[in-house]
This record gives sequence, C-alpha cells and structure tokens, in this order.
Amino acid sequence: MTAAPDAVHTAIDYTLRQDRGRLIAALTAAIGDFELAEECLQDAIEAALEKWPGSGIPKSRRGWLLQVARRKALDRFRRAKNLKEKSAQIAVLEQAEADAPANTHDIPDHRLRLIFTCCHPALDEKTRVALTLRTLGGLTTEEIARAFLDKPATMGQRLARARSKISKAGIPFEIPDGEALEERINSVLSVIYLIFNEGYAASSGDTPIRIDLCEEAIFLARLMVQLCPDAPEVAGLLALILLTHSRNKARYRDGAYVPLNEQNRDLWDHKRIAEGQSILEAAMKRGQVGPYQLQAAITALHCEAASANGTDWPQIAALYRLMEQIAPSDIVRLNLAVAVSYAEGAEEALELMEPLARSLGKYQPYFAAKADMLRRAGQFGQARVAYESALALTTSQADRSFLHDRLAVVNDLPKKRPS
Amino acid sequence: MKYLALIYSAQDAGPQPNTPEFGQLMGGYQAAGKKYAEDGVMLAGEALQPVETATSIRIRDGKAELMDGPFAETKEQLGGFYLFECDTLDDAIKYAKMIPTAEYGTVEVRPIMTFD
Repeated sequence: MTAAPDAVHTAIDYTLRQDRGRLIAALTAAIGDFELAEECLQDAIEAALEKWPGSGIPKSRRGWLLQVARRKALDRFRRAKNLKEKSAQIAVLEQAEADAPANTHDIPDHRLRLIFTCCHPALDEKTRVALTLRTLGGLTTEEIARAFLDKPATMGQRLARARSKISKAGIPFEIPDGEALEERINSVLSVIYLIFNEGYAASSGDTPIRIDLCEEAIFLARLMVQLCPDAPEVAGLLALILLTHSRNKARYRDGAYVPLNEQNRDLWDHKRIAEGQSILEAAMKRGQVGPYQLQAAITALHCEAASANGTDWPQIAALYRLMEQIAPSDIVRLNLAVAVSYAEGAEEALELMEPLARSLGKYQPYFAAKADMLRRAGQFGQARVAYESALALTTSQADRSFLHDRLAVVNDLPKKRPS
Repeated sequence: MKYLALIYSAQDAGPQPNTPEFGQLMGGYQAAGKKYAEDGVMLAGEALQPVETATSIRIRDGKAELMDGPFAETKEQLGGFYLFECDTLDDAIKYAKMIPTAEYGTVEVRPIMTFD
C-alpha cells in the first residue's frame, strides 16, 4: 500500500487542523514539558512525511503521530545526561507505550489544561492569542502571521519565545483550583473574544470581515463549553459570538459599513441566532449572570427585533445599566448612552455622553455615536464637528465610507433644524 | 523550581520611615515572612541598602573599573529579594503577591536557571 505525496500532505494537514490540540495536550501530559512536546510532534510529522508515501496512510493518523512522538521523546530522555531525573517520565512513557496498541483511537483529552497554559496571564496578550490559535486551533504560523499582518518569521519567534518561557518559567500544565479558576477562565474567554473581535472588526486592511478568525473563535468557544459545561459565562461567550456573527453578511454593502438599524435582516443567519438564543437561555437559568451573558442578552434583543424600529431599547438600556453595575467601564457607559438615545431621546443621551468626553477623547466610536445623536437632535453644526473628529480617528476604509456619507448628508442641511 | 522575586520601587514612593504607614508596611513583611516559613517556601530573603551605597564593577582589558552607584539609573530601584522554592510559576506568583511593596512598586519573578 502506498500513498501519493500530495495525499500524504493533505492527510497530515487535515489531522493537525483537527487534532493538534489533542496531540500536544496528550504529549505534554506524558512528557511534562510543553516545548519538548511541540518538538516531538514536529519530529513525528517529519517521520510521517517520510514513511506514509511508502507504507500508506495509517487508519488512525493521530494515534500514529502520538505513538511516534512518544517514542521520539523516549529517545531524547534516554540520551539525556541527567538520566536519573528523567526516569519518572521514562516510566510514564514506557507505560503508555505498553498500554497503547499502534492504532488507538482513545487519546485522553487534556485540552483544557493546555488552553489554561496557552492563555496564562504571565504571557503577553498577543502571545496568548497566537499560541492558542496555533496550539488549540491548529492554524499554521503563516496563517496566524497573515491574520495579524505580521511577518511569519516574527510570529514564529513570538511562538518560540512563548514555548520557551512556559517550559523555563514553570508555567503549569494544570486546571487551576479554587479561587484562581474563575479568573483563569476569564483569561481564556478574553483570548477567545479577542480572536473573534480581531476577525470581526478587522481594524485595518481592506477585507472587512476575516471570517476565518471568527470561525476559529466559535470553534474555541464550543471547545470551552464542552470542557467547562458548568460555567455559565463560558456559554455566555459562545452565545455572544454566535449572535454577533449571525449578522456578518449584512454588515457591509459594497465595501461600506452598514449600521445595525439599516441592515437587511433577511441576510442574518437565523440558524445561528436560534442556537445562540437557546445556549444563552440555558446559561441564564443558572442565575450567575456575568458580562458575557449580559452582552449576549443585549445582542439577542437586537436579533429578535423584526425591524430596527421594533427593537426593545428600554430593555437594552436596562441591561446596560445592570452591566454598569457588575462590570463598570466608560465603554459600557457609551453603549448605555446609545441605548438611551433610542429608548428616551437623543438629548437625554447627550447628557450621558458629557462625562465621557475626557476618557474617550480619542475613541472613534465615541465621536461616531455623538455625531449621530447630535444629528438626530437637530444640532447639525455640532454633528458636523463630531463626524469630522470620528473620521480623523478612523482607520478602516469601510467605516470611512460610512462616515463620509453621513457627513455629506449633514453638510446639505442648515446648521440648526428650523423651528 | 527556584524563583527569585526582585522587589523594585522608587525611593520616594510608598510609606516613608518614621510614619505609621511604614510600621504597617513592616508588619506586612512580617506577615508574609511568617506565611513563607509556614509553607516552607523561602530559601532566602533580604532587603538591600539604598542605591547610593552601590558600587558597580566592570573589568575591561583585564582592568577593574569601579563606578559609584547602581548599574542602571532608573527611577525604580532594586530594594530587596526573596528566593522561593515552588512547584510552578503560579505558586511563585502567589507568594510574590504577598510582598507589600507590590502595592506601589513592582515585583519581578524570575526562574533560576538549572544546568543539566
């Protein structure tokens, strides 16, 4: 039995995309060293590239890769100078070898431990994101570099430094216990949400939505829900990104950003909305509300409205007020002001905007929201100034087109609405 | 694994000697030291004299050059250290967080290198 080199490449790529996280987690558990686990998996991949064209592609590819990687680790340990210190790990690996026939399908799932390692707060935020995408998401270094507009070599160095720090600094490969657990789950959730937002907002570049990173975040959030079924905020995050992502086809038209109230709601992904809603409902029943569940609830209210006018703004404003209590920030206050502008009126909202002027003075969405409120309040002169401030802070072409159109409309109007 | 916790702070930051707050700070160090002893994690720990007492040494072309002062003129200066024996970075961070100077200065945790 033989296999064409192309088929071997495809099989390996597919296996790694699906199972890289599971393999690295199982190897790290057996070897006790994340950096070495990566190296041994790499060795196993090279062995597969060499062997599979002649021997054919094995039935259980991940089982094959795991076994070969374990043997590579054993070889390294046996060659090591401090053989005595390694004897415990050698025993573990030899036992694993004895227990596992060549083509096992049962790889113990240690991915939760791995995700806590990759999202450890002792690592830089961008590093956590890259390492999680690489290790759990199975993306290649080149793909991650492209997503973050980095050079592959730079991204490769970042990943190598991270692996080295994990090994040398003793960043643990374990599920944190007690009080630390909630904090560390939050660290994981924020990494997944960052990945999603990077894909969704695409703060630079010409392609408005980088779908791949959004799908990647959904994959990781689903994995977290599967691994932490009892944590409502984990489900809250999955619901939030499913609901948000359901609108992605309607968010851009001819390269220009389309605001929520002008979107064609038929383009929304109603299957995803239904899924997000049911996940959120189940999570909220546990009675441990948190920021992700609240944001998901707000997004769900938008998704449920048949039209922009049908949006339940008073309810959305109430949810933002709750959010301000449990996770206060000026961004939350800005969103509250926007909700109030629809629930009560633009003047009421502008009062809430006043105290935010200083801290959000360089934040594009602040000026975009303020401009819109001023326009609706009939203060066209001031609206113009705010649109120009927003434009000056805009980096994406799609947002720029939108704001230019709005500014043009306001420019055609007198400075104040005639009374 | 062994970890060194390096304690940095600016001289004018935090409680100054002969104030009630300084007494509280020292109390915080005592409490931390007691916990370290109970858990058996502290291998060493010392406070340093201020940077004005430092002498820096370089050997160039076989000749020692002495400099009056610290290696780096930074606002935050190394003021002391602890050497911990812990299983993981998480444990080392847990103990480093108990160092009272972390409230206004910075504590850097570094693993000690082992040579195999």
